[in-house]
Parts: sequence; C-alpha cells; structure tokens
Amino acid sequence: MASASAIAPKGKASQDSLLQRILKKPITATFIAIFLGFVVAAILLAAAGYDPIASFTALFEGVFSKPKYISNTIIKAAPIILTGISVAFAFKTGMFNIGAEGQYVAGTVCAVIVGSTLDLPMFLQIPAVVLAGVAGGALIGSITGFLKARFGIHEVITAIMLNWTMLYLNNFVVNSAMFHRPSSTSSIPVNDSSFTMILPEWKLSDQGLETLRNVPWLYDFLVKSDVNIAFLVAILVAILIWFVLYRSKLGFELRAVGFNRDAAEFAGMPVERNTVLAMTIAGGISGLAGALMITGIAPHCISTLAGFENYGFNGFSVALIAGSSPIGCIFAGLLFGGLLYGGTSVQMAVGAPTDIINIMIGTIVFFVALARVVTLIAQHLEKRSAEKANGSGGACAEVGAPASAQAKGQEESHA
Amino acid sequence: MLNNICLLIGITLMYATPLVFGALGGVISERSGVVNIGIEGMMTIGALSGAAVSFFTGNAWLGFLVAGLAGGAFALLHAVAAVTFKADQNVSGIALNLLGPGIALFVARLIWDGGTQSPIIETLPKIFGSGAFAGSPLANFNVDITVVLGILATIVVWFVLYKTKWGLRVRAVGEHPAAADTLGINVSRIRFICVVLSGMMAGFGGASITLAIIPQFTQTAVAGQGFIALAAVIFGKWTPHGAFGACLLFGMAQALVIILGGGVVPIPSEILACMPYILTLVVLVLFVGRSVAPKADGVPYEKGSRG
Repeated sequence: MASASAIAPKGKASQDSLLQRILKKPITATFIAIFLGFVVAAILLAAAGYDPIASFTALFEGVFSKPKYISNTIIKAAPIILTGISVAFAFKTGMFNIGAEGQYVAGTVCAVIVGSTLDLPMFLQIPAVVLAGVAGGALIGSITGFLKARFGIHEVITAIMLNWTMLYLNNFVVNSAMFHRPSSTSSIPVNDSSFTMILPEWKLSDQGLETLRNVPWLYDFLVKSDVNIAFLVAILVAILIWFVLYRSKLGFELRAVGFNRDAAEFAGMPVERNTVLAMTIAGGISGLAGALMITGIAPHCISTLAGFENYGFNGFSVALIAGSSPIGCIFAGLLFGGLLYGGTSVQMAVGAPTDIINIMIGTIVFFVALARVVTLIAQHLEKRSAEKANGSGGACAEVGAPASAQAKGQEESHA
Repeated sequence: MLNNICLLIGITLMYATPLVFGALGGVISERSGVVNIGIEGMMTIGALSGAAVSFFTGNAWLGFLVAGLAGGAFALLHAVAAVTFKADQNVSGIALNLLGPGIALFVARLIWDGGTQSPIIETLPKIFGSGAFAGSPLANFNVDITVVLGILATIVVWFVLYKTKWGLRVRAVGEHPAAADTLGINVSRIRFICVVLSGMMAGFGGASITLAIIPQFTQTAVAGQGFIALAAVIFGKWTPHGAFGACLLFGMAQALVIILGGGVVPIPSEILACMPYILTLVVLVLFVGRSVAPKADGVPYEKGSRG
C-alpha cells in the first residue's frame, strides 16, 4: 500500500480531470478567495446602497489608469511586501511574528536617529541609515526570540507588549529635545544624503525634466511620485529569503524546528539558538521596511503615533494570502497595495466608506483559511471517480482524510 | 495618600474589566482547543452593537445584551471555519480581526452619516448610582456595574470549567480530543459552542468599553485591548482566575501611569506609558515563566487521528 501510494501521483496524473488538477493547486484556492472577497464586498456595497460596479471600476482606475497611480501602488506595496516576508519567514520556522508592527516602528525610529545625526557622503550614509533600521528591528525581534528560547515566554505576548512599547518610544523620540521639529507633531527629517528615491535630483533638473517630457508615461511615473528603491530591495530580499530557507543548511534547520521542535532538538539542532536567530532575521526584515520608508518617502521623518499604522499587521495578511511563500509575498503585497491605494478612489468616486477595503481583505484572508475546503472538493471528486472506476470503493472511502490515500491505492491496484 | 490608593483601585478595576471579558472569552475557546486570536475583532463588533442599540433605544442594558449576541454571531464565522471546516485557526482569527473593525467602521459610517464616532449615549449605571459619595475618596469605589459583572463572569466561568461535567468535557476536548471522542463526547459540538460563547464574552467586553468607560463608539474604542486580552489568556496560563489576575495587573499598571503622570515623578509621559507593557514582561520573566497551552490548542480534530 505504501509503495502503491508513493508511485501513485505519477501514474495518476493522466487520469485526473482538468478540474481536479486545477483544484489541487494551492494557488487556485487563493484565487477563489480573492474572487470571493470581491463578491462579498459587492454584496455589502449593494446592501448599503452603493453601486458595486461603479465602486470596482473606481478601484481599478485608481490603480491602473495613470502611470503615477501604478508607481504609487508599488510604493505602497513595498513596505508590506517586506513585513509580509518577515511574517512568512517566522511562520516557516514555527513562530508567530505578530511583532512585525513594533519591529517596523523600531526601523523607522533608528533610521531617523542615525539619518538625522550623521551626514556622510551618500554611498556611506544610505547603508548606515538602512542598517540602523535593520538593527533596530532585529533587536526587537531578538528580544522576542530570546524570551521564548530562554524563559519559554510565548512570542505572541512579548510581541504585543513590544509593539506598544515601540509605539511610545517612537513618540518619546519625536518629542525629545534633540529630534523634535519645532511646532509640529513630527521629528526632524533625515539628511538629504540618506534619500533612496530613484534619480531624485536628475529627475527634477532642467535636463532631466526635458528628457522625461518626451516620454510622458515615464514623466508621470517618476516625477509625480516618490519612486524609490524599496520595491527592488523587497524583491531581492524575497529571493534571498527563499534561498536561505530552501537552499541553505541554516534554512533547513530553521524549517525543521518549525515542523517539529522536539524532533529537531533530538536530531541535535540548536533549537534555542535557531529560535533567537529566526526572530532576529524576521525583525531585521521588518526593520528594513521601516528604514526604507523613511529614506524613500517624504516627509522622511517619524510622527507622533496615536495608534498603529498597520504596516506590520498588513504584512500578516500579505503572508497569509501568500501562503507564507517569500516570493508569493511580492504578489500578495502588490494586490494589497493596490487595494489600499485604489480604495481611496472608491470613496471619492461613489462615496462608499474605504472600510469596505478592509472588509474585502478580511474576507480574502478568511477564505484563505478555508482553502482546505477546495482540496476537500478535489478529494471528493477523486473519490467519486475512484468509486466509478471499481464500483465498490464507497464503503471504505467514507472515512475522511485517509480516504484519498485509500482511493489512490485502490485505483492503482485496479489499474 | 488615601485618596490616591482609592483612585488606584478604581482605575485598575475600570481598565481591567473589558480585558477580563475578552480574556474569559479567550480562555473558554482555547480550553476547548480552538485558538482565538480574533478577540480584538469580536470586541469591536460588541463595542459597536452595544453603542448602536443604546443610541437607538436609549436602553444601555439592551445594548449590552445585544453586544453579547452580536459578538457570538460574529464568532460563528470562526466556529464554522475553525471547527466545521478545520481551517487554520490562526488565519481565521486574523481574518476576524480584519473583518471586525472593517464591518464596525463601515456600519458606523452608515449610521452616523459618514463619521466613525457616535454621539454621547446612554450608559450602564454605576454600582451605587450616579453621584454617590461625591467629593469623598470613596467615590472611586463607585465603579461601573460592568466591573461587578466581570467578576461574576470570572467566577461563573471558573465554576463551569472546573466544577461541572460540561466543563470537564471542555477541558478534555482541549487536552485530548481523541480520548474524549472515544468516550462519546461530541468534540466538534463542544468546540463550536465554546467558540460562540467566547464571542459573546468578547462582545460584552467591547460593550463594557462603549457603554461604561467612554460613553460613545469611536474608531479607537477597542484599539488593541483584544490583543492585551489575548496576552492575558497566555499570561494567566489559560485559566479564568489566572487571566483575571493578569488583567488586574495590567489595569493597575495603567492606573499607575495615570496617577504618576500627574506630575508626581519627573519621568516623560511617553516612557511612563511604556511601563505597563514592560512591567508585564518583567513579571512574566521573574514570576510566571513557561506557559503551556492546552495540549490540543490550535489543532483541528480529525476523527480517527491519534491525538
């Protein structure tokens, strides 16, 4: 039986109907979830007296109708792709990084402190500022990992407490004598040499403007928004993290701890050290998101926070929609960035509250949780075809999860 | 001095109460084996429904009741996903945290003409009636009725979990569902009921903010208290009395911030504001330590699997 099911997938591929094969792909469930998110939002909009078609039209036009909108969507997506990767990475190592929010804030705070104090040449300043942000996030993440590894304190508690601590520390720095910008609720901005926009000076110089005017879409794309390197960095980080997770010894160990802590420990892996290391890396990625936000987007400073800005929490949704795949986070983050940015147009166009976007995202995540059902449907179809194939499969195929294995075995022996 | 002590106790109880309800909800759900990260979302739904009903009917008690029902109804989503369809409980809980505030703010804007803030509404009474002991330090003990309800709820949940047959079943299902199943206990039904009850508790928690502490619904009414309640569940080692203690500690830390913030000590207010959170971590490291969840917490039960 075991050997039969081991070779089953190869032999069966040709027998599966197209529908079955599509349903078995994890990405299918994600697309269904996204579709259902739109359906639920449409129903709610209609129930509240708004035209769903007009709303969705406004949403799509708000993202795609101008190059400027597309670049703003990408700008919006970059930080949540990074926090998404941070959460996804922690997930893979069996940890729940609800602290991405605090790590992100730590990144912004450290970037501002270093970026406004130092004024080095650009090629030194940018790495210094960005690394400061990474270090800030990593520090917060490592505290979470350390308390878990050393004292067994649940990472969710530590993270929730550190999120709030960082929020108030952020406000402390904003209001401190050294960093406060007089008569404002913000800190002083970082020095110009820290900026990571793409060609910030050239695009506004006479020569640059003249060149760009000849290419209208590029003019719109570059000049009318704060296009910066964050999105490119996010893609690099996604690839790097994928590589670390799936192509390195460290990644193998980290994932082993995520799968089965005890087994990993029994196999002689340093579980405690890996827990701290995993959270440090996750924290560093969220901190990077914060730092790039400061260096890449005006006003290049931090402000007093009354509540969380949700960069970390949105990263959570991104990671969930991406099924914790670092590469998937790029696409989930773009979807999310589009919904968040385009959502503002919905309010302007049809007057529907922008909260509909949050409902939509919530619905998508909810149906992602239900993704299993799609697999169940696939198994059900498989069971039915197995029954048809040998006529008597019904009786033992009734018992749920092992059914597909049995059905596979039966089908194999029948063939 | 006496005045400050009374003030400390009064504020502690006031801050702790919404957390107590939320944390009790978390305890009920997680003892049955279903992780409930969605307390925040459920509390927001409760906060809105309580305020909305009180706004339309002028009856705060009715509002409180409806808040519980609305929280329970909202928790049905989690129950269906996590119990019926055996979905990932963390993901479904996070979805509730996105949906709860989304729906609450959407509805709030429809009710209050585009604003997310309700007018001042009718609130629940104080235990000794309004204006009792005015001017004396004892006035601080004239707390909201929800404080008493929170204490009662803790006792009831403790009693049901530890002294009744049904409570034993809930704990059995959370520790070893397969064993409970072989004894003829319907695992899914118990878990389903516990998740819905948990939503009702969280709903009461939300309403005890908008119907007692701040007499209106605002966008930031709940603002993270559901997450603090979640932390209190773990802090209190998944017991109702432990969670209650954790909430009191947290409430007291907040009260200290308010009292010390009045210029008694020369510490910047932002640093003081961090205190409750850092204090919680310190207490955890020094006194509480390793927290062990109910064994089957977060694991969907598949009939026939070995627990």
